[in-house]
This record gives sequence, structure tokens and C-alpha cells, in this order.
Amino acid sequence: MHAPDGFLTVGTAVATGAMSAGAVGYSLRRTRDRLRDRQIPLAGITAAFVFAAQMINFPVGAGTTGHLLGAAMAAILLGPMMGCVVLTSVIGVQALMFADGGLTALGYNTLNMAVIPTFGGYAVFRMGRRILPRSRSGAIGATAIAAGTSVVLGAMAFSLQWLFGATAPVPFDTVFAAMVGVHLAIGIGEGFITAIVIGTVLTARPDLVYGMRDLGVEDVATRQRMPIRAFALAAIVVSFVLAMVVSQVAAEGPDGLESVAAETGISATAVEQVTPRMPFSDYATAGLDNEALSLAVAGAAGVIVTLALLFGLMTTVGDRTQKRPDVTASG
Amino acid sequence: MGAGHTHALYVHEHSPLHSTAPEVKVVAAFGLVLAAAITPAQAVWSYAIFGAMAAIAIAIARLPLRFVLIRMAGVLPFIGIAAVIPFVSTGEQIEVMGVSMSQEGLWAAWGIFAKASLGVAVSVTLAGTTEVADMLRGMNRLRVPAALTAIAGFMVRYIEVVAGEISRMRIAMTARGYDPRWLAQTRPIASAAGTLFVRSYERGERIHSAMVSRGYTGTMPDLGHQLATRAEWLRCSVWVALAAATAVAARVVT
Repeated sequence: MHAPDGFLTVGTAVATGAMSAGAVGYSLRRTRDRLRDRQIPLAGITAAFVFAAQMINFPVGAGTTGHLLGAAMAAILLGPMMGCVVLTSVIGVQALMFADGGLTALGYNTLNMAVIPTFGGYAVFRMGRRILPRSRSGAIGATAIAAGTSVVLGAMAFSLQWLFGATAPVPFDTVFAAMVGVHLAIGIGEGFITAIVIGTVLTARPDLVYGMRDLGVEDVATRQRMPIRAFALAAIVVSFVLAMVVSQVAAEGPDGLESVAAETGISATAVEQVTPRMPFSDYATAGLDNEALSLAVAGAAGVIVTLALLFGLMTTVGDRTQKRPDVTASG
Repeated sequence: MGAGHTHALYVHEHSPLHSTAPEVKVVAAFGLVLAAAITPAQAVWSYAIFGAMAAIAIAIARLPLRFVLIRMAGVLPFIGIAAVIPFVSTGEQIEVMGVSMSQEGLWAAWGIFAKASLGVAVSVTLAGTTEVADMLRGMNRLRVPAALTAIAGFMVRYIEVVAGEISRMRIAMTARGYDPRWLAQTRPIASAAGTLFVRSYERGERIHSAMVSRGYTGTMPDLGHQLATRAEWLRCSVWVALAAATAVAARVVT
């Protein structure tokens, strides 16, 4: 997601830059006491850790690999404000010293990969904590959902910015579908990995996990193994909810854009050209009259296809041995 | 313990660009990519000027061309996305070798390609000629909050330490007969990452105590590096003015 220069218009870059600067400035003010005290080296080494974690690649299907974003992880470990500051310095260093992500793109890269995933991810985490049981498994489950959602939120933010500041006349829903579709798959990986990372830290040093300070010793100690099946189920439910509910909101945009395009006669054969006569082209299901229902069905179908791809990938490349060595705390 | 003195993109040289004050270089780099960003894609000639300016900077910096080109390849995935744009764009359709594509989309793809390549060339030049400590000092002088640059400084210093820790853990796993490489085996990798976090954090705590015991108060001492000279700012403003004039001319003409 490290966008280079020229992907969005200058106006968008400036506007997102101002938003990012505001959010990061606010986070800096709120963390000033912690930073002055003793946390700068700790924040720095956590940033190095996030930087290293971003080098963990995992396949998301169709030859693309996603990498860990680590924003929700940093937010849960250090708190949203510190997480935002840490992620911002990671992205700044990547742009300035590693030529990863454009200089004029710093505004929206920071917004989409630092500000929104840390604050959004932490908000989802808080909500998850409130709903799920107040136990170790509940907290880890909330972590998984928050981390997965944080990636999708970043992708949605990029698509929204595309709506306002596109440099190419690609319809919003094409961008939205591509971005959110790919990041849904990345999000499942992110959620899975983040949950295990936080679980390991919680076992070794429960005092280091900012978002779970309320858990008592006995909560942390009663350690049932996070059931993978339950987690997978939760991930599937979340993606269905996202695809079916969020698509309702998102569909408002493309409708407007498309109708404008049609009115001014520049529409030509936009989306139809990409997916000619597909059953779900234009995010609707052929043969269903109710708009909301057809959107939901289309969204659900998208999730099923993505999951089927992921499952197929996992069964073809994964090892079939049932018993895996338990390396929960290596070294 | 040779880590942390500089970063992967730095090229050791003694060129005039290497010795230029970092804040001037950052401003010049931003000036060029911003000028390119506001230039319409149809003004192809202005991109030739921007490209020439970047090439001159690379030549002055005496960066090896191969090095710059290899680093520029990092932007290729996004060029791949840009290449799809003409086929999914709206607008007037034209036929190119029997394939229908959007003319507007074709211009947009070219624009993204030109701006992204120029941007990464400028970033590589900036990174290649500026050491970590200089870059951070330059950012400080440009009013970037000190907390942010301090965190970034520690981060760059410890990337290699953390990476070394990862490779040691990986060797330890392999030595015990475990070589995870598939998706279904992410659990051990991820829990190793959790252990890595705890180790990194505890290392950070030890480092902090060690620094405090040596008199660290939260800011690094200023060793009295020279500020940017008037001549450097003058050269920088000529550079930015040239880029800005090109951008304005391109907007007026097209």
C-alpha cells in the first residue's frame, strides 16, 4: 500500500497531509509525558520491530503477497496514540531513507497506513473487548478482529480518497472492489498473525500489552489454546458482515458517480467492459430487484469466492500433517 | 557491531550534493516532486525537463546509474497497476492495435508512470546522499517534532539489531529441524514474532537504563553541525523556481 507519487491529485495530498499532521500532532501532545519520561528508546525499538514485521510476507492468492501492516498490533501493544506516532515514524523513514512510498504521497500514506489503522483498529478492538467475554480468549479474539478490520479500513480510506482525488477516470467501485477485495484477504492474515503475536507477548510479559491491562493474573494464566476453528469462523463472519453491510454504504458513492458519468455521456462502457455480463457486475445480482438485497448477495458472493481461493491455496500449498510441533514460545 | 551508522540506500561519496546541508536537500526534493505533481500529464515536454533535473542531480551526486535503476525498480508493482488503468477507465475510447482503451486513461497512466518514476528517482538521490543522522537533523531544522525524529533515529539504529535477532531465531528453528515456509505454518513464525517483540522491548528497557546512567535527558546533544549557508539556500531556490516555472508554463500551455 506504499503509494508512490502521482496516484492522487495534489489537492488530496495536501488535504490528507493536513489531516495526518493534525492527528499525529494530537498523538504527540497526548504522549508527550510518556515520551519525555523514558519511552523514546522503547518507541524507537518498537518502530524497528514494526519495520521488521512489515517484511513478513504471506500469500493472499493470485500471485500477490500481502505484508503485515502492524498498525493494530502497535496500537494494542502501546496504545493508539503511541501506536500512531510509531507507525508515522516508520512510514516517514521508509519514504525518506528507503525510497518506499512517494514524498508527495506522505500525506495519504500516513493517513491510510498509520492514522486510520491505529485509531480505527483500536476502536474496533475496544468494541470487541466490550462484546466478547472478559478473558484471555476474548481479548485475543478482539485483537484478531481489530487487526483484520484495520487493514480493510485503510484500503477503504484509499478508495474514498480516490473518489475525491483520482488522477485517472477509473470508477470508484472498480477501485473499491479491487482494494477492499485484496485487503480483505490480507486482513485475514493480519488478524491471524497479530492475534498470535499478542498472545505470545501476553504470556511472557502481560504488563506490556496496553490494551489488556485490565486483565487480571488469573485471566492471563488460564490459557486455553486459541481454537483456530473458532478464529477462522469469526474471521469469516466479520468478512461477511463487512461485505454485506459496508457495501450498502459504499454503494451510494458509485451510484452518484455513475449517474453523473451517464448524464454527461462520458460513461461509454466503463465497468461493463471489465466484467462483461458477469452475474455480479456493478455490485448487484442479476435477477434480484431489491437493491439492498442484491448488493448484500453480491458482497457475500465476493467473500465466498475470496475464501474459496484462500482455502484452495492453503490446502494445495499447506502441509497435510495434522500434528504440528508446538512452538508457542521458542527460544 | 557495525550496525546503525547508515542505511541501506546510502552511497559513500564526497560529491557536492553529499556535503550540502540536509534541510536544503529535503526542500529541493519536495520542490521538484511537488512541481511534477501539479503538472498535467499532457505536457510531456515538462517531464523531460523534470527528468533532466533529476538526472543532473544524480550526476552531481556521482551515484552509480545501475544502483539508481535497481532501486527505481521497486516502484514497478505500482506501474503494473497504472498499466491496467487505460483498460478500466471511462472516457473516449480509442483503438490501439485492435484493443479498445480509454484515451483519458492512457494519459492518466502515463502521468502516474512519469510522476512515480520521477518521485522514486528523487527519493533515491536524497537517501543516497544523506546519512541517517544528517537526515534527522535536517528534519528537526524543518520543524518536524523532535520526538518523531528521535524515535525514527532509534528505529533506524535498531533495525539491523532486530533483523539479526530474527535471523538467529530462524537459524535456531532450522537447527531443530523446523523449516516453516507455508501459510499453514504461520503460527510458529507469528509466535516467534511475539517473542521477538518481548526481547526487543526488554532490550529497549536495558538500553534506556544504560543511556540514563550515562546522562541521557531525553534529547541528544547537539554537536554543533553547521547550518545551511546562504549560498546553499540560494541554489536551492533557483532549483525550486526552475521546477515551479516549468510546472506553471505547462499548466498555461496545455
